[in-house]
Amino acid sequence: MTAADVLMLALGAVAVGAGVLVASTRHLVRAGLYLVVCLGAVAGLYLVLTAELVAWVQLLIYVGAVVVLLLFAVMLTRAPIGAADDLDRPGWPAALVGGGSGLGLAALLVDAYRWSTVDLPEPGTAERLGTELFRAWVLPFEVLSVLLLSALVGAIAISVRIPERRR
Amino acid sequence: MRPAIPYVVAALLFGLGVYGVLRRRNAVLVLMSVELMLNAVNLLLVTADAAPLHAATGRPAPTVDGAAALPLTGQAFTLFVIVIAAAEVGVGLAIVLQLYRLRGTVTVDDVRLDTHTPDTGPRAIVEAPAPGTAVTAAERAAGRTAGPATEGPGR
Repeated sequence: MTAADVLMLALGAVAVGAGVLVASTRHLVRAGLYLVVCLGAVAGLYLVLTAELVAWVQLLIYVGAVVVLLLFAVMLTRAPIGAADDLDRPGWPAALVGGGSGLGLAALLVDAYRWSTVDLPEPGTAERLGTELFRAWVLPFEVLSVLLLSALVGAIAISVRIPERRR
Repeated sequence: MRPAIPYVVAALLFGLGVYGVLRRRNAVLVLMSVELMLNAVNLLLVTADAAPLHAATGRPAPTVDGAAALPLTGQAFTLFVIVIAAAEVGVGLAIVLQLYRLRGTVTVDDVRLDTHTPDTGPRAIVEAPAPGTAVTAAERAAGRTAGPATEGPGR
């Protein structure tokens, strides 16, 4: 067990624990805040795995933008403050499918990797990742920019206020 | 570095996301669970980039037409997935907000797909600009903008 292993175990425990709370808490707003903890722990895992740029992008876009959007949606849909009992439907089919897929994937990956060790690669800094991105993945990058633009236009078109029914 | 640790974390996060999507009734919580699943896949990609199977098991690296795999492919794809997730959550929340505006609820069990509410649908959205601007201009000319004017600064 090296320092990286201990760090990954701790961050992984935080991420999974916060994920359990996201999927099970009865407070709508707290689910968003637990999601921040979970995504932050995953960003820490990225840092330990030497993916620097991805970790900072994760913090910027997920924690900074996506969670804020989700919390705004919680506000705009007049979510109940405090515990709500009607957030869940009966749980055992979901537990069966979710637990089965999660534990099955974990067993599959553990079976493939066992307890082997790997040297950590060179850090994925912005320079190295950018070089790779613009050398090998230029076309997907550009297609993604078009996708982002069309998603933006689509979101605006969907949320145009309908005049017949003013609230 | 033991690659089994982040792999197991990713698998468990994915299972939690599946559980949340199936269990939750609130549409915003369903979207949060989808984010959990996307993050699990991102973690899987980054870990596979740092610790590919051939490095962990001591086999020779696989090649495609004699060329080795590109470096940092997993991290590049993680960036792509993050961008797609941002687009997905933007459109998804716009749909959720519109659903709340039309039906007054975001509980996915209560959405009746076989009923038709008369003021919904693309017709109203398509027709929105022309009559809307005309009506507001006429209202302003008639001086009947008391409702929207008091509503405006509050937002």
